[in-house]
Amino acid sequence: MNRNLKIIFGLVLVLVFIAGPADLTGLGIPWPGLKRYGTYILTLWLVTAVAAMGVNLIVGYAGQETLAQAAFLGIGAFTTALLQKAGVPFGLNFLASGVICFIVGIALGFPALRVQKHYLAFVTLAFSVFVWLLIRNEEWLTGGVNGIKDIRRPILLGISLRPALYYYWLVLALTAVLTAAMWWLLRSPWGRAFTALRENAIRAESLGIDVRGYTLMAFAIGSAYAGFAGAMYAPLVEFIDPSPFALGASLQFLLMVVAGGAGSFVGPFVGAVVAVLLPEWLRFAEGYYLIIFAIIVMLLMAFCPTGIVGLFARLTTKARRPHADDKGPSLGGPNLGGDPTAAATTVAGANS
Amino acid sequence: MNDFIQLIIAGLATGSIYALAAVGFTLLWQTSQTINFAQGEFVMLPAFFALAGMKFFGLPFPIAAIAAILLSMLTLGVLFKTVVVDPLHKQGTLPLVISTIGLAILLREGVKEFYSAEAQRFPSFFPNINIGTSAANGGSGFNVSADQIGVLIVATATILLLSWFLASTKTGRQMQATAQNPTVARILGVNVERMVMYTFLINGALAAIASLLISPIYLAKFSSGETLGLVAFVAAIVGGFNQVRGAIVGGFLVGIIDNLVAAYISTSYRQAVPLALLVMIILLRPQGLLGRAEERAV
Repeated sequence: MNRNLKIIFGLVLVLVFIAGPADLTGLGIPWPGLKRYGTYILTLWLVTAVAAMGVNLIVGYAGQETLAQAAFLGIGAFTTALLQKAGVPFGLNFLASGVICFIVGIALGFPALRVQKHYLAFVTLAFSVFVWLLIRNEEWLTGGVNGIKDIRRPILLGISLRPALYYYWLVLALTAVLTAAMWWLLRSPWGRAFTALRENAIRAESLGIDVRGYTLMAFAIGSAYAGFAGAMYAPLVEFIDPSPFALGASLQFLLMVVAGGAGSFVGPFVGAVVAVLLPEWLRFAEGYYLIIFAIIVMLLMAFCPTGIVGLFARLTTKARRPHADDKGPSLGGPNLGGDPTAAATTVAGANS
Repeated sequence: MNDFIQLIIAGLATGSIYALAAVGFTLLWQTSQTINFAQGEFVMLPAFFALAGMKFFGLPFPIAAIAAILLSMLTLGVLFKTVVVDPLHKQGTLPLVISTIGLAILLREGVKEFYSAEAQRFPSFFPNINIGTSAANGGSGFNVSADQIGVLIVATATILLLSWFLASTKTGRQMQATAQNPTVARILGVNVERMVMYTFLINGALAAIASLLISPIYLAKFSSGETLGLVAFVAAIVGGFNQVRGAIVGGFLVGIIDNLVAAYISTSYRQAVPLALLVMIILLRPQGLLGRAEERAV
C-alpha cells in the first residue's frame, strides 16, 4: 500500500468508527445506525481493547506475564465509582484510576521483578485473588456482592453523555488518546528498550539497559491502562460487582492478547474482538459457545501461536510469495524456548 | 486442643489431596515445561467419568472408579500430551499456557453442557462413621470421620508409592534424569520421549485419584476446578516449583493452613492466606521451601 492509500484508508476507518453506530438517515445516507445494545457492545469492545493494550505492553513487548489485568480493571472501576459517589468529576476520576493502578503496579512489580521470570505471573495471580476477595468482602467500601449501583455517565460541557451513542463517542475519543500515547511510547527510545529486552534480556542488559527498571515501567504503565479502562467501564455498565474482576477474567485478558497477536500493535484490538464480539456472533450456539471458543483458541495456538494478526500476516505473505517461511515475531523471547533440551542448555544469566 | 487436633487431621486429609494435584503439576513442569492451567479441571473431570460410568453403563462404583482412573490416564495423559502439548512444545511457554487456559474452559463447559451444571453427590469409598467419642456421651469430645482418615491413608500411600517409584526403580530414576537434564539423559541412553509420556500418564492417574477422594467431600461440580487448580498451583510454588518433595510439603501445608484459618481467623479470607504465604515465599525464598535454585532458564 502506498502512503496516500494508507492515509485514505485510515481516514475512512476513523469515519466508520465515529459515524458507524449513529443514525445517518437524517443526512440522507440509508444507514439506521446501531441499536442501543450494539453501541453498548462496541463501547465494551473499546474498553476491553484498552485494558488488553496494557497486557500487550507487558506480555508482548516487555516479555513478562500478568495475571492481574482484571484486578486492575476492578481497581479502576471502583475508584471511579467511589469518587463519583463522592462528587468528583469524571475527568479527575479517570486520571485517578490510572494513577492509582500505576502506583499499585510499581508497588507490586518492584519486589516481584527482583526474582525470576515467571514470578511476576505468580505474584500477580495472588494479587488478583486478593483484590477479588477485598471487593467481595469489604462491604462498607465496595458494597460486597451487591456491588455499586447507579454509576452515572459524565456530563461534558453541559451535555449529558447518558445516551449510549454519546458515551460511545467519549470512550472512542479517550481510546484514541490512549492508543496514540501507546503508539508514541512504543516508538520512543523507551519502547525500543522494551522490545530489546523481550528479544534478548541478557543482551539488552549488557548494552546498558536497566532491564528491571524498564520491565517495572512496562508493568506499571500496562496496569495503568487497565485502570483507565476500568474508569470507562464503570459508567458504561452503570453497575459493578466483584464477578467481572475475578481471576478467570484476568486469564481471559492474557488469552485474548495472545490470541489476537502479542507484540503486535493491533493485536489487542483483534483480541478484544475475540473476547467481546465473538460471543455475540456465537450466540446461536447458546451454551456451546464457550466450548467452540475454547476449541478455536486451542487450534489457533497450535497452528498459529503468533495469533490472528500473525495468521493474517502469514496468509498475506503467502499470497505474495508462495514459499515464504514466515515465522513471525518470537513470543516471549529465546529464553522461553519450549524445547526442554534448548531450555536446559541455555544457562540462566537472568536468574542471577 | 481437641478442636485443634481435629482441624489438623482435616487439614492433613484435604492437604494430601492437594499434594496429589500439586505433585502432578510439578512433574509436568519438570519434564516438559508445561504450566498446566487446566490442572484443577483435571481433578474435577475424573469424578464425572465415574459418575457417567455408573449412570449410563450401570457400572458398580468400584469398577466405575477404576475405569475413571484408566480413562483419565488415557485422556488427561496420552491425549493431552499428543493433542495439546506436543504440537505446542516448539512454540514456547506462553502459547501452551494459553492453550491450557482454553482447555480448562473446554473441560469446564463440556461437563456443564453434557453432564450437569448442578453439584453432584459422589459416593465415598469409606464408611460414613465417626471415630472417637462425642463429649455428650462422656467421651473426650474428639471427633474424626473415617472418611478423613481413609482419604489421608489412600493419598499418602499414593504419594509414598510414587516417591518410591521415582527414587528406587530404574524407570523412576530415568524419569528424574529426564527432568533434570534431558540432553544428558538422552546421551546416557534414556528414552526421553517415553519418560515424558510416563509423566503425563502419572499426572492423569494422580488427578483421577485426587478427584475420587475429594468429590465425596466437596461434591463433584463443573466449576470446582477453579479453586482446586489455584490450590495445586500455590502448593507447587510454595514447596518449590522443581521438587516433588516440595509439592508434597506444599500440599499438606496449604491444607492445614486453610483449615486453621477458616476456623480461627476468617472464613471470608481463607483463600488469601495460602496466597500470602505464596507471596512471602516468592520474596524471601524464591526457590520454594524445599526447592533448589532453578538451573535452567525459565
